[in-house]
Amino acid sequence: MKAISVLLMATFGVLVILAVNELPPRGEPQAPASRSVSAAGSPVAATYYILNALKDADTPNMVTVVLADYRGYDTLGELTVIFCAGLAVLLLLRIPKNASSVR
Amino acid sequence: MLRPSDSVIVVVVGRFMAPFVQIFALYVIAHGHYSPGGGFQGGAMLGASVLLLRLCVGERLSHRMFPSGLGVPLSSLGVLVFAGVGLVALAGGGAYLDYAALPIAGMAPAALRSLGILLVETGVGIGVMATFIGLFDLLARDHESE
Repeated sequence: MKAISVLLMATFGVLVILAVNELPPRGEPQAPASRSVSAAGSPVAATYYILNALKDADTPNMVTVVLADYRGYDTLGELTVIFCAGLAVLLLLRIPKNASSVR
Repeated sequence: MLRPSDSVIVVVVGRFMAPFVQIFALYVIAHGHYSPGGGFQGGAMLGASVLLLRLCVGERLSHRMFPSGLGVPLSSLGVLVFAGVGLVALAGGGAYLDYAALPIAGMAPAALRSLGILLVETGVGIGVMATFIGLFDLLARDHESE
């Protein structure tokens, strides 16, 4: 069993390394992530963000603009997830004051 | 109940460091428009500064700065500030979370969006900080003394 898991780990490790070798270099203009038009022919949203973030929101840090403005829903969801996780842990761990005899 | 640390060095250094951590956390939140940072990071630092005080000077003193009971109300307030900004924008005639529609007279849409981002990041900071501290207080609670 242990030999199988080690073999699986090694196989997937080699696959990941091979896949990384196939990635385009950083900043390559023709890489799919850098192009303004996707392979399917539709415009890429990132190009709009880079060109218009400063103009739209008067904020030089375009990461902030994307996070809090263009993708505001997403950030609201993230905050809600943190809040709900905290609330769930609180409800699970909260033990009533008179429950010490039960434990 | 967490007692103050026995070591004078820990108590003094903790009390000395906490205000600087808090100032830097506020800077991280407020300067998120121009540099890396924002509500999540700044809120985590604000929470960590309170945890530092909890661990160094004990709960009795650090509860004066941030009472344990404030955890849940403040984290709810953080979410409500974020959602409330969206609703105000909705009331101002725009889409939900469209800060350009915030009903403040005499401000350009770009400036309004900048302001909306700041408000939203403040809500995120409050929520993250309060959740951090609330969870810590819950886990550090001593059941014997209750």
